[in-house]
Amino acid sequence: MENTSKVTKKIFKKVEKAKSRQRIIGIIMFAIGMLIYFVLSRNTSPDLETLFVMTPGGSDVTTPDITFNSLLITNILAILCVLAGIFQYIKGFGKFTNIVLVLVGIMLTISFLTWGASGGSINVGGMLRIMIVRSVPIVLGALSGILCERAGVVNIAIEGMMITGALVGAILGSLFGLWIGALSAIIAGGLIAVIHAILSIKYKVDQIISGTIINIFTIGITSYLVTKILQEREWQYLNESGIFLPFSIPVLSKIPFIGPILFDHKIFVYAMYILVIVLTVALFRTKWGLRLRAVGEHPKAADTLGINVFKIRYVAVILSGMLAGFAGSYFSLGSAGYFNQSMTAGRGFIGLAAMIFGNWTPVGALGSGLLFGFAETLADNLQLLNFPIPSEILLMVPYILTMVVLAGVVGRSRGPAAAGIPYEKESL
Amino acid sequence: MEPILELRGITKRFPGVLANDHIDLKLYKGEILALLGENGAGKTTLMNILYGLYSQDEGEIFVKGNSINIQSPTDAIHAGIGMVHQHFMLIPVFDVTENVMLGNEYTKPGGFLDKLKAASHVRAISDQYNLNIDPNAIIEDLPIGLQQRVEIIKILFHDAEILIMDEPSAVLTPQEVEELFKIMHSLIDQGKSIIFITHKLGEVMECTDRIMVIRGGKVVGESTPEEANPETLATMMVGRPVELKVEKELSKPGDTVLQVENLTVVNKNKKIEIDDISFDVRAGEILGIAGVQGNGQTELVRCLTGLIKAELGTINILGVNSTNFDPRKITELGVAHIPEDRQKDGLVLPIPVEDNLVLNTYYKEPFAKGIVMQPDVITNNANELIDDFDIRTPNSTVSVSGLSGGNQQKVIVAREFSRPIKLLIASQPTRGLDVGSIEYIHRRIIEKRDEGCAILLVSTELDEVMQLADRIAVMYRGKILAIVDAEIATKEELGLLMAGISTQISGEKRKPRKVREIVT
Amino acid sequence: MKENKFSKINNFLKIFLEEVSRSSLTYIILAVFTGLVLGGIIAAATTQDIYEAFDESFIGGISASLKFIWKTYSSLFLGSFGNPSKMVSSLFSGDKAAMRTAFKPFLESLVVTTPYLLTGVAIALGFQAGVFNIGGEGQLFMGSIMAGWAGWTFKGLPPIVHVPLALLIGILAGALWGFIPGWLKAKTGSHEVINTIMMNYIAFNLSQYLIVGPFQDPNESFKTRFIEESAHLYRFFEDPLRLNIGILIAIVVAVLAWYVLYKTTWGFEIRIVGLNPKASKYAGVNSSLITILSLTISGAIAGLAGSVEMLGVNFRAVQSLTTGYGFDAIAIALLAKNNPLMVIITAMLFGFMRQGSRVMQINTGIPIDIISILQAFILFFIAAPAIIRTIYRLKEPKQGDLTPQMTGSGEKI
Repeated sequence: MENTSKVTKKIFKKVEKAKSRQRIIGIIMFAIGMLIYFVLSRNTSPDLETLFVMTPGGSDVTTPDITFNSLLITNILAILCVLAGIFQYIKGFGKFTNIVLVLVGIMLTISFLTWGASGGSINVGGMLRIMIVRSVPIVLGALSGILCERAGVVNIAIEGMMITGALVGAILGSLFGLWIGALSAIIAGGLIAVIHAILSIKYKVDQIISGTIINIFTIGITSYLVTKILQEREWQYLNESGIFLPFSIPVLSKIPFIGPILFDHKIFVYAMYILVIVLTVALFRTKWGLRLRAVGEHPKAADTLGINVFKIRYVAVILSGMLAGFAGSYFSLGSAGYFNQSMTAGRGFIGLAAMIFGNWTPVGALGSGLLFGFAETLADNLQLLNFPIPSEILLMVPYILTMVVLAGVVGRSRGPAAAGIPYEKESL
Repeated sequence: MEPILELRGITKRFPGVLANDHIDLKLYKGEILALLGENGAGKTTLMNILYGLYSQDEGEIFVKGNSINIQSPTDAIHAGIGMVHQHFMLIPVFDVTENVMLGNEYTKPGGFLDKLKAASHVRAISDQYNLNIDPNAIIEDLPIGLQQRVEIIKILFHDAEILIMDEPSAVLTPQEVEELFKIMHSLIDQGKSIIFITHKLGEVMECTDRIMVIRGGKVVGESTPEEANPETLATMMVGRPVELKVEKELSKPGDTVLQVENLTVVNKNKKIEIDDISFDVRAGEILGIAGVQGNGQTELVRCLTGLIKAELGTINILGVNSTNFDPRKITELGVAHIPEDRQKDGLVLPIPVEDNLVLNTYYKEPFAKGIVMQPDVITNNANELIDDFDIRTPNSTVSVSGLSGGNQQKVIVAREFSRPIKLLIASQPTRGLDVGSIEYIHRRIIEKRDEGCAILLVSTELDEVMQLADRIAVMYRGKILAIVDAEIATKEELGLLMAGISTQISGEKRKPRKVREIVT
Repeated sequence: MKENKFSKINNFLKIFLEEVSRSSLTYIILAVFTGLVLGGIIAAATTQDIYEAFDESFIGGISASLKFIWKTYSSLFLGSFGNPSKMVSSLFSGDKAAMRTAFKPFLESLVVTTPYLLTGVAIALGFQAGVFNIGGEGQLFMGSIMAGWAGWTFKGLPPIVHVPLALLIGILAGALWGFIPGWLKAKTGSHEVINTIMMNYIAFNLSQYLIVGPFQDPNESFKTRFIEESAHLYRFFEDPLRLNIGILIAIVVAVLAWYVLYKTTWGFEIRIVGLNPKASKYAGVNSSLITILSLTISGAIAGLAGSVEMLGVNFRAVQSLTTGYGFDAIAIALLAKNNPLMVIITAMLFGFMRQGSRVMQINTGIPIDIISILQAFILFFIAAPAIIRTIYRLKEPKQGDLTPQMTGSGEKI
């Protein structure tokens, strides 16, 4: 009997461990609240006011600006965060924990902005609009990764596929117009993905190695072509594609505040919205999606039911490459109007991080893409505000967050079980 | 009567092996045909050919009199053939309906899944055969026995007429086996036909209509439960008379070597795997642990050898409290361990035989001086052991992956037995081996016992435990229900214990179970 | 006494050659050869003169292409090894300046080889322990910047103290960058591939910040200060020859790594953890510790590579994106089948190509980036042996490859 009670005690200890995760999150929330109070509120003089401009620059749909007392708002937000932390520590928000954590993050951000712009103004509408734009390649990259990994193939070559898409988009866009450019970028991404598919599916090469090969190759060949051809004066006309023009969605773009932020963009942003929805439905509501996920979780089981594992993987990898190619064309055709070698700047890898952070779901990818996009936007604007944090440190946030999530400190993310393992038919 | 399924002259060659040699087989509607054979006899290969996972080199397959060409599982499914695999083919994170309809999805226009319709079909099948499965349950939450039923529903969902069941009882408790047999009979009552693959003689005698014995890829005999008896079947299976009893003298137990007290192990998911067990093993005796797979034996061995931690209780080896010692310290106490899964735990397949022979002693004199390894000593050691233990290998430097299962196991036995050991912990020492190797390893274990080594033998094959052990402990759901003297234990008694029914209380608690009549 | 020494060296050479031949040399040579052919075709296909030659006649086009490819690779050779006749004549003339010019390409190639060799050994060591270290780049960055910090912060130290100190600090920085993903893998099971990639970008951003922030040269933006003279690695020759003691350090590290891996119990443990982590636990090896240590040491060696670059070649850090060493090192390690002795050769291959490509660019207008393309091709053929075997109708290798499982102890990405 005594022994049994010892066992229950021990088991109780294990439950405590799960509880300790809840408490860690509580402490984090509490600490954020304290941070807001001691670092931000304490350094704000009580008579200063902050002006939040809610209309992005150049938009004709105006939203009234908001002016408020900086100290009051930071204090309120600090108190809210502290309260949330205490509640989380004692009782826990249960399944709402993540939502509350996001809210606390938003409150921290608002406090920073309030404090940074105290006695002045900041264009919040504009920042949110740029956040959307910034998140486009990250989200598209993450979607590319999701498609591939859900079928059981790890794709670390998103970066390479992106840079190929960017170059091909720029060249063919210069020759035949933007739409042909975008289309050919998609095809180019798909073709590069064929290499990844053949290596990792047919030849069963380690998928990380295959991805590395593609990254080395694509970064090399794009750089080579730029130096050898595009930099020559006589060929320069190949790298003057120009960019897609933004167009606003009728009605929706007229909604105050939200309209100009969400619905007054270039084609890429709208494509991102549509792709998130389409992929969510396709993966979780269709026959194709069910089979694809089955192949990524337990390919042998799918095989014994007559599902062609190889075909599904080929299709997934190639579609993944096409998505990455499209993401790449954003850089040349949606942003710069030409190609240069450093334009993707690791966005493919941030996309990979967003995929993990979003727990391998399209909606999650959108959320984390927006978060990482906001980090970039904020990093750009740091000089305007008088923040003591250097922008480079802020840019590390996505990577650190991903590592934290992957380690399971704050919530666990779980990828497809068979990702990374080549499928061998005869090994039954 | 025309057979529903007929195989003619099926032949399959793998590099160096003739896995199936002109096999002929007939299956009639509404019968259960047992396919009996040793491990490696070619049963699974034959069924994988029938299910389209391999393709035969020669031979023809007829379903309902028509020759058909089965190139893939899809072809097999179209021909009305379904298979319950030995390792379940279920996706743990999907729910029952998703698993069942995979490959044969109900869709609405546009490729959208119609889960409601599929779920109601699953429920209908479950009701029809009394399977009691919730279509919305997630697979990883279901116990093994129910997962197997999901596999059966999956086959029925695909409208299969012919069911292949590959060693379906291996993972079940005797009660669950009983349930399975009931389900099998309700299936044939409704017009299905079943091929039942097994190497267990008892099951064959209990539940089948016809028996076909395969050895070395060939059909060596056919029989019925009425005509056959276990001895003749065993002889057919092995090809020579098999000594069902191992020669051994009565044990002369000495001092206590291993003493386990109140041991409790809890796994990552807070489930109690081993629940407050106590026993001891003395020098010169074999304590057998019997039980259906998954009742805590694996965890017990892993805990005793330091691979997982004990939550509570003590383990005493040769008077040393070795609870939660690391594996090396335990080895150094003089403990040998033949692990359950030799390829995953006991060997490093890609490295040479000689290195595997020093896998847990490589750091000691004379195999290493300081941190410098002594390859010559290691090679000499290997050559001696290869002779002593009759390991069939071209030389000591080939990688151990190239050896047959029996020889791989001999490498482990050689390594463990060549050290001066006081305690041997052997887990499933003969699983998957041919009869020759089984007999060899049994002999070696008895020899060790007679040398005065204490032996803990864990096996899910009750026959093996009964043959070797001097005392038998039965594990059920992490507990030891009883420890009985092997001389007086009966199979029936042990079987009941394995099903969780203690003999003392069996009178009150045992519910009368309907024993199925043998269908003639 | 002398003879004894000689036989020892001889013995060593024997082992070395044996190791080389064991690593299926033919196959590797064919992979490199095929890569070079494809690279040549790309170079020819992107050159206008070739098209003009083809316009005149097909045969003329072919011969022009062949000539062009020959010119490309011979200038690659000249750029990496130097001109043999000039080397000989300079030696006979005894003119030091001429000798320096003649031997410069060869010696500069060795300078480029140094970081390749070290990072290659670092990655190979990781592979042997079953960990895929994609973080070589970040570890090198951290090693370099921190060695630099030690180089300019400590003043007035004698070189004998300053150089080891700076190297040590660089090594520690790299080790830390390897330790974190190693620890995370062992303790939480999160995959090192993702974590090392993330650590790369953290390192890039951190060093960017340091270069434009606290470490910035007060007189020149986007660059750090110069390290003290006392922290310079010993150089064998006068300027402009940059060959320094780093190459010897790298070779010693490679040989040491080989010895430890194949001749000691530690290496045995590392290899069995890489090949079968479960069995290694059974064998009494602390596999989590080995995983952590291997990634830490891997990071330390990559950090050393960065330190050697800083103290022997660059003397200051400049704002830049990637060096590419970390990624190329994966190719180098795989090409060498993760054998540190073979890495000496494959690192030289990559180092000499990288150096030679500069001359090639001047002579033929083929951009340096052709090297990355060649590397990708070579790695492609190494990774998928079946392709090379099909092209050249080679037979299957007799024994199974000793490539460790990349998925380590069963964790998924």
